[in-house]
Amino acid sequence: MNIRLKSLLPDLFTSAGKRLVRHRFVLASSVIACLTLDLAYGGRGIGAAIAVAFIMAAALLVPGRTAEKPREERRDGATRIETLLATDLAEAVQDPLFVSNASGDIVYANEAASVAFGTVAPGMPLQLKFRAPEMHDFIARVMEGGAGPFGIDYVERVPLERAYRVSATRIGDGSGLFVLLFRDQSEARRIDRMRADFIANASHELRTPLASIAGFIETLRGPARDDPKAREAFLQIMQDQTSRMARLIDDLLSLSRLEVKPYGKPSERVDLRMVVGGVRDALAARAKDSGVEIELDMPPEPLEVLGHRDELFQVFENLLENACKYGSSGGRVVASARKAADGSERIVTIRDFGPGIPEEHIPRLTERFYRVEIGAGRPQKGTGLGLAIVKHILTRHDARLSIRSKMGEGSSFTVHFPAPD
Amino acid sequence: MQSQHIMRSFDEELRFLANQIGGMGGYAERMVDEAVSALVTGDPALARKVIADDAFLDQKEREIGEKAVIIIAKRQPMARDLREIVGAIRISGDLERIGDLGKNIAKRVVAITETRQPVRLFRGLSSLSDLALTQLKEVLDAYASRSAEKLGLVRDRDEEIDAMYTSLFRELLTYMMEDPRNITACTHLIFCAKNIERIGDHATNVAETVYHIVTGTTMPPERPKEDQSHKVVAPVPTETSE
Repeated sequence: MNIRLKSLLPDLFTSAGKRLVRHRFVLASSVIACLTLDLAYGGRGIGAAIAVAFIMAAALLVPGRTAEKPREERRDGATRIETLLATDLAEAVQDPLFVSNASGDIVYANEAASVAFGTVAPGMPLQLKFRAPEMHDFIARVMEGGAGPFGIDYVERVPLERAYRVSATRIGDGSGLFVLLFRDQSEARRIDRMRADFIANASHELRTPLASIAGFIETLRGPARDDPKAREAFLQIMQDQTSRMARLIDDLLSLSRLEVKPYGKPSERVDLRMVVGGVRDALAARAKDSGVEIELDMPPEPLEVLGHRDELFQVFENLLENACKYGSSGGRVVASARKAADGSERIVTIRDFGPGIPEEHIPRLTERFYRVEIGAGRPQKGTGLGLAIVKHILTRHDARLSIRSKMGEGSSFTVHFPAPD
Repeated sequence: MQSQHIMRSFDEELRFLANQIGGMGGYAERMVDEAVSALVTGDPALARKVIADDAFLDQKEREIGEKAVIIIAKRQPMARDLREIVGAIRISGDLERIGDLGKNIAKRVVAITETRQPVRLFRGLSSLSDLALTQLKEVLDAYASRSAEKLGLVRDRDEEIDAMYTSLFRELLTYMMEDPRNITACTHLIFCAKNIERIGDHATNVAETVYHIVTGTTMPPERPKEDQSHKVVAPVPTETSE
C-alpha cells in the first residue's frame, strides 16, 4: 500500500502541474478577478489569497477529465496490468502473432509476423496467406469453435525452408477474436536435414577423388614402380585431389552451418566498400600468384546495406576468388560498387576479363555441385559449392545475384541488395 | 475488398471466392512440391497420392466457376468487383492446369525410377522446381495482399526459369548421347522439366490477372519468350574428347 502511494504521489503532482499549465489563462484571469473584487470592496487581499489557494488546491485534487488525458499518462497507466493495451502486449511477443476475427480476416499482425511473412494488410483473410491444405483445415476447425486449444505444424519450403508450430486460441469470452501464434521450429528440422544432406553429399562427392587417388596408388605400386617421372606427376595429381577434398569438406561444412542458422532479418549496417576492400586485401597474395590484379571502383561516400558482416565477406570472397581463378587469363578483375539510379538498390559488380562462361551453363551456376566442364585436360579446381553458398547467403539478405557473360570477353557477377530501411 | 458493400452478403460471396482460390493455390503448390520430391526420392506411394489429389483441384475449379457465374447473374457487378470475379475464374483455371502438370510429373515417377538414375540428373530438376514454386508462392502472396508492386519481378523470374529449362534440356540431351540406356529416363525427365517450365508460365498468367484485378489495366506487353530449347540441337560428335 505504502509503495503504491509513493509511486502515485509524484504522478499526482506532475499531472496537476500539467493541468495548471493547460488552464493557465483561466486561472490567471480568475485570480485577477478575485483580486480586483477584493480591492474594490476594500479588503486587504486576504480574501483573494484564499481564493488563489482554493483554485490551486482544486487543480491539484480534482482529477483531470479522462477525455483530456494526454498520451504520456496512458503509457504510465500501461504499467498496470488491467489497463495494458492488447497491441502493446502483442508487439512485445517475439514470435509471429496474428489476431483474426471469426471469419478469418487478419485484424492485427505484430512486428515479428511482418518480418517473417511480409507485411500483411489488415483485413486480409488468413486462408489466403496460409494456403497449405492442412492450414485451411486447421483454420476452419478453429473458426468453427469447439474446445481447443488447437495446434498444427506448418512448413514453408521456398524460398527458405522454415517450420512453425502454430497454436490458435479464442481470446476472452465473446470477443469473437482468435489469436494465432507461430513458434519457429526451423532449427531442429534443419539440423536433422543437414545431417542427412551432409552425409549424402560428402559420401557422393568424395568418392570420385578418392577413387582416383586409389587408382594412382595402385599404379605407383605396380607398373610405375620404377618410373621417377610418372611418380612425380602422379604424386602431384594426388596432392591436388587431396587438397580438393579438403576444400570440399570446408565448403560443405560452411554451407551446412549457414543452413542451420536461424532465419532473421539482418539489422547491422554494413558498408560494402569496407567489405569488398577487406576481401581484396585478404586475397592479394593469391591474386598475385595467379597473375591477376584486383582493381576497386568505389564511391566516395559509404554504401550501406543491412547485413551480417562475416556472411557478406564470404560472398565477396567467393566471387572475387572465382574471378581470379577462372578469369586469370584477363590479367585483371574489377570490383565496382554503386547505388542504383533510382536509389532502390545497392549494386556490387565483380567483373573479370577471362574466357567467359558458355551461355547454357549460366542459369545453373548456383546449383549445388554444378561445375562447368571447361574441357579435357584442365583440372577441376572448384568444389561446385562456392556459388551455392553465395546464393544461400544472398537469399537470407533478400538480395539477388545476376550473371552476365560473353565468350571471349569475360563474365560479370552482380549482387543487388535492397536499400537499407 | 477494403471498402464494404451495402449488401454484406455480397462481400461474403467475394471473400468466399478468394478463399477458395487460396485453397486451390495451396493444393497446387503442395502437388508440385510433392510430385518433384516423389521423383527425386523415387517414391511411388507419394506419386500416387499426388495423382489422387488432382481430382480435388478439378472439382474446386468447377465450383468456383459456377459460383462466379451465379454472383455475376445475381449482383450485376461492375469495375473492380467484376474484375475480382472474372479474375477468380481465370486464376482457378491456371491453378487447375498447374495441378494437371504436377500430376503428369507424378505419373512419370514409376517409369523413371524403374532404372535408377544418378543423382546429378535430379539436382537440376529440383532447383528448377524450387524456382517455379517460389514464383507461384510470390504470385499467390501478391493475390492475397492485392498488391501489384512485386509482380514485375515475377516476370524476371520466369525468364530465369526459361533459361534454366533450356540448360537442363541440353544437359539431358548430352546424357542421352553418352549412353542410349539413359534415353527412356531422360525423355521422361525432359517432359517433367517442360511441365515445370509450363507451371512457371501459368504462374506468370496468374500474375497478369492479379495485376489486372488490382490496377484495372493490363500488364505492359513486353513478354520475351526465353525458351530457347527449340533451337538446341545435338552437337555432331566429330571429335571424341577423352
